[in-house]
Parts: sequence; structure tokens; C-alpha cells
Amino acid sequence: MSKVIVVTSGKGGVGKTTTSASFAAGLANRGHRTVVIDFDIGLRNLDLVMGCERRVVYDFVNVINDEATLKQALIRDKSDNNLHILPASQTRDKDAFTEEKVGKVIDELREDFDYIVCDSPAGIEKGALMALFYADEALIVTNPEISSVRDSDRILGMLSAKSQRAIQGEEPIKEHLVVTRYSPNRAESGEMLSLDDIQELLGIDLIGVIPESEAVLQASNSGVPVIRDEQSKSGQAYQDMVARFLGEDIPMRFLEAEKKGFLKRFFGA
Amino acid sequence: MSIFDYFKRKPTKATAAIAKERLHIVMAHEHRVANGPDYLPALRRELMEVITKYVQIQREDIKVNLERHGDCEILELNIALPEEGKETKEKIAAR
Ligand SMILES: Nc1ncnc2c1ncn2[C@@H]1O[C@H](COP(=O)(O)OP(=O)(O)OP(=O)(O)O)[C@@H](O)[C@H]1O
Ligand SMILES: [Mg+2]
Repeated sequence: MSKVIVVTSGKGGVGKTTTSASFAAGLANRGHRTVVIDFDIGLRNLDLVMGCERRVVYDFVNVINDEATLKQALIRDKSDNNLHILPASQTRDKDAFTEEKVGKVIDELREDFDYIVCDSPAGIEKGALMALFYADEALIVTNPEISSVRDSDRILGMLSAKSQRAIQGEEPIKEHLVVTRYSPNRAESGEMLSLDDIQELLGIDLIGVIPESEAVLQASNSGVPVIRDEQSKSGQAYQDMVARFLGEDIPMRFLEAEKKGFLKRFFGA
Repeated sequence: MSIFDYFKRKPTKATAAIAKERLHIVMAHEHRVANGPDYLPALRRELMEVITKYVQIQREDIKVNLERHGDCEILELNIALPEEGKETKEKIAAR
């Protein structure tokens, strides 16, 4: 049985696309046929993060409008045959999405893929609603920051009220918390919400903590999902997250503040 | 540990506890609104229309509140009339 997973947050710029790319690449790397869909109509970005921007010919909206077949629009990842990308269109065509049309594409993808990862746009409008509508599971991407937590809470409300599972009274969407851009030092000093705070406020289980890291920017600069940077902490944290998603029991890493040396503490850094 | 202990340790920076407290309050409020019946905003608007035929009041003078006590839901309407600051309180008990 294939699974649809939405990567969502409400708030913009918290790391949905970064997480979608690495999560999908991680699942594919473990042998699962995976497709990642960019739902951010008009603001295509997943193609850049995945490094396939020059190979985009057709997009999601073309498929929805029957201007191209899925086969024509899907882009195979350059280094992993198990991984495919369905890019968003660059033109704003708000009315392209209907539940029925998106549902048809999802159903077709279910035949060929084990995992269908939906990279949601920010906000709580149509695009975000469509990205979560058919979800079986959800990754709630949250920064340790007050407005991000509140927006995640709003999105949790939408998952439990506006999704297909909710409307049809089926088993609810399985929700997982992903805290990104986490800075242990700042959490420890009490200037940033801690993991315990965020979990307590949102009431869902933590599946991954991705530390704030330079490597994320470098990875997106070069068009390689950061999960493939095995040296980096954020890459390793995404590896752990994928393993947990697949049922492995792995302790969280990179949660401890680095002990500052005397000079650093003295001069601040 | 109280908020004040945080402040003692790091006078300007330990604001996470404040953030958490504020989130608790605002999220609890938003859950109540989200879980309330859909007709509350419309009810409030229509009440407003009827009342302004007789007295001038502002939107915020009408408070519509739904509370649950076990099986029983209580719809509380609180309308502050402008003149002598008089208040009319009406309680309608629904199922
Ligand atoms: N763990 C991290 N460490 C450092 N920078 C990060 C991290 N995660 C994401 N970023 C950076 O944050 C920015 C936003 O990331 P991303 O595009 O993934 O967010 P998004 O939620 O998809 O945004 P949007 O809502 O606009 O779609 C990017 O510049 C990205 O490089
Ligand atoms: Mg994005």
C-alpha cells in the first residue's frame, strides 16, 4: 500500500522544501520508490533544492489540465533511480487545483510509488489545503519560535478538520513533529523554546530535530538534498528521521549545547 | 522554576518561558473558537443588526460565549448598552 505524506507548517520559510527533498531522497535511498510533489504553484523551488531545474519540461498544472501525461512531467533524480520529482508550475493558476483533479493524479501515482511526498506551500489557503487533503501521514515542520508554533497548531487543526480522512470519518492522519533550525545553545540559555516546550504545546510526537546548520545552505546552493551530505549534522539528523519514520528506534542526536570554552564564554560568541 | 528565576540567571535573554506562556493562552483560545459551532459569528452579526435598530452599540459590546458543562451547553450573550453603562444579561441554555 502506498502512502501519501504531506510536509506542512503554516508559516513560510521554516524548512518544508528542505525537509521534503531530504525526506524523499532518504526514503528512495533505502530502496522505496518515492515521488516528491511541489504544491507551491507559482513559486516553484523544489526543483532548485533537488538540482533538476534545467530538466523541467512539464509541470503539475500541465498534468492536471491534461496538457501532459504524468510520465512526461515526472523527472527522475540524477543519482537515484527510485526518486522522482513532480515540479510546480511557475505561472499562477489558482483555479487549477480541485480536489477531484489532484485526487486523480495522486491515484495514478499510488500505482507506481511506495511514498508520495507533498511539499506544501506556506499559508492556509487552497494550495496548502490541496497538499494535505489526501495525506495519510504528516510531517509538521516547526521552528523553535513563537509564530511558527502557533501556525503549526493551526495546520494541525486543518488536518483534523479539512482532510479527506477527517471528512470521511476515517482513521485520522498520523502527525509527526519535525523541529528544524534548532539551536541547542539558545534553547539551553532559555532564549529559544525548548523541544519539551514545543512538544507540550503541540501535543504530537517528535520524529526529528534538525539543527541549524551551514550545510543546508551549501546543499541547496549545489542542488543536492542535504541528507546526502553525510558529514553534516543536519544530513545525519535527516537520516535518523527517515529511519524513525520507517519504524527504527533511534535516539535523538545533536540536542546538547556545545560547552563553550573559557575565552568564548568570556568574549561571547 | 518560575519566570523570575529565568530572569535572575540571564536578565535580558531568557524569554522562552514568556513565549510558552503566551502560546498556551492564545492556542487555548483559538481551539475554543475552532471547536465552536459555525453559527456563532453569524448569530453575533444578526444580533448586532437587530439591536442597532433600537440602540447604538459597537461590535465589541456584544459578547457571545459558548460553554460546556458536561452534557449541557450554555450559550451566554452579554450585551453592554451604551447609555448608563447598563448591562443586559441573557442566558439561553441549549442542549
Ligand atoms: N536546518 C537548517 N539550518 C539552516 N538553514 C536552514 C535549515 N533549514 C532550512 N534552512 C534555510 O531556510 C530557508 C527556508 O527553507 P525552505 O525553503 O526549506 O523553507 P520552506 O518552509 O519550504 O519555505 P516556503 O514557505 O517559502 O516554501 C532556506 O534558505 C534554507 O536554506
Ligand atoms: Mg517551500
